[in-house]
Amino acid sequence: MNQAATETRSVVVEREVPYAPEKIWRALTQPHLIEEWQMKNDFRPAVDHRFNFRGDWGSVDCRVLTIEPTETLSYTWDAMGLESVVTWTLTPTAAGTHLRMEQAGFKPDQNQAYQGAKFGWQKFFAKLEEVVKKEA
Amino acid sequence: MNLMPNAHDILFRTLADPTRRAIFERLCREGEQTVGALTIQAKVSQPAVSKHLGLLKEAGLVRDRHEGRQTHYSAQLGALAPLIDWTSQMTGFWQGRFDQLEDLLRRMDQ
Repeated sequence: MNQAATETRSVVVEREVPYAPEKIWRALTQPHLIEEWQMKNDFRPAVDHRFNFRGDWGSVDCRVLTIEPTETLSYTWDAMGLESVVTWTLTPTAAGTHLRMEQAGFKPDQNQAYQGAKFGWQKFFAKLEEVVKKEA
Repeated sequence: MNLMPNAHDILFRTLADPTRRAIFERLCREGEQTVGALTIQAKVSQPAVSKHLGLLKEAGLVRDRHEGRQTHYSAQLGALAPLIDWTSQMTGFWQGRFDQLEDLLRRMDQ
């Protein structure tokens, strides 16, 4: 915490999956497959290619940064005040692949916090109103 | 229903009411207001607005300040901390995506 003013944080999600890196790579880089687990998109596996993810809550602006087939994929991820970079790393293991996603660039700034709150509200409140109605 | 931590419970219950949330959002957007000023826009009676403000105050979401015969209310954004952490939001988001990705991998041909 010695650089508090410029400090950014990351989100890391990792999982062991019982499939070869080649198969996972297809799911990460083919638009019709990406859409099945993520969102509608116009991704192309080409460095500097600009694309969007489009969800029911808005869209994410992206640009491809790194393509190393079956090993590393990274792209920028800008949405709702958040300017971040998403990096996928695939490491073969005896049982399949260690899949790691790091989203870096979370800044402790007000606008991001505000936008995060908006995102959180949208996500939570639709369900919460239902819960409260049921309990009433 | 999943059990939520107590602080979340109170926060969510308080903000789940659309009228109450509208009052709180207005205080966030426009800053400190009197009950009278809030009532004009709220489409509910002044006693109802006061009741909502009381619940918002109990949840730590607003603070009141007395000045003469008027009470001024302001939003306490710190109470939203559990909701404004992008990193925890996004962790939940990505964990959900990983689940869907695994589901897709199961269905894909080799």
